[in-house]
Amino acid sequence: MAIKCKAKMQGDAVEVKALMKHEMETGLRKDSKTGEIIPAHHITEVVCSLNGNPILQCNMGPAISKNPYLAFTVSGPKAGDTIQISSIDNKGETDSGEAVVK
Amino acid sequence: MNRREFNKSLVTISGLGAGASLGALPLSVFAAWPQNAFDAETTDAVAEALYGTNGAEASDAITFKAPDIAENGAVVPISLKADIANADSVAIMVANNPSPLTVTFEIMNPGKPDVGTRIKMGKTSQLIALVRAEGKLYTATSSEVKVTIGGCGG
Repeated sequence: MAIKCKAKMQGDAVEVKALMKHEMETGLRKDSKTGEIIPAHHITEVVCSLNGNPILQCNMGPAISKNPYLAFTVSGPKAGDTIQISSIDNKGETDSGEAVVK
Repeated sequence: MNRREFNKSLVTISGLGAGASLGALPLSVFAAWPQNAFDAETTDAVAEALYGTNGAEASDAITFKAPDIAENGAVVPISLKADIANADSVAIMVANNPSPLTVTFEIMNPGKPDVGTRIKMGKTSQLIALVRAEGKLYTATSSEVKVTIGGCGG
């Protein structure tokens, strides 16, 4: 599991696109065979940071689609900088990825 | 092992530890997840839980990009742009979802927000955005997104 991301300068801000791999179970669905509710399992937070300093933090609810896609623009990083994206889910599992700003 | 060697080995171990933690961010950067805001069942309650107020001012500066008809409610691509300077927080809600709040963005270098993601929609609904800039809260409501197959399971 790894987060795929891309970062590109758009004027003086950076456009970041990230694609995560996650089931994003809402906790509302029922198993079609057993009828039992499938427990919620979804990403809760995604942090984008530059040199270890958070520049954008995103809180996600279960209403984000499976394999979440995020796009945002932030100011701060310059071309050539490396930004890191990390995520944590409601079970404490983490994932991360990084990209060099183009 | 004499004392000097022992100290040396300690340094090596702690050095390794620091090196390993550079790759993955320390868990402390993940702040408390606003559970009550994601559990809230009305958009007013979400605003209250996130920003401590539901007195948001309607703004034309916030624009949505969302499909008129979403064939599959499980994956609805949306994006939002706000021509509001120094915005530091954005929340996107789906009015008719069981829990309206889908996502929030906290921007450490305040600027004009431009964010996008893919969300689940249970049924046809409007999207509501909240944008906070310089302590003031702005809101906007999108046109209706028609959902033909719901995406909240069941």
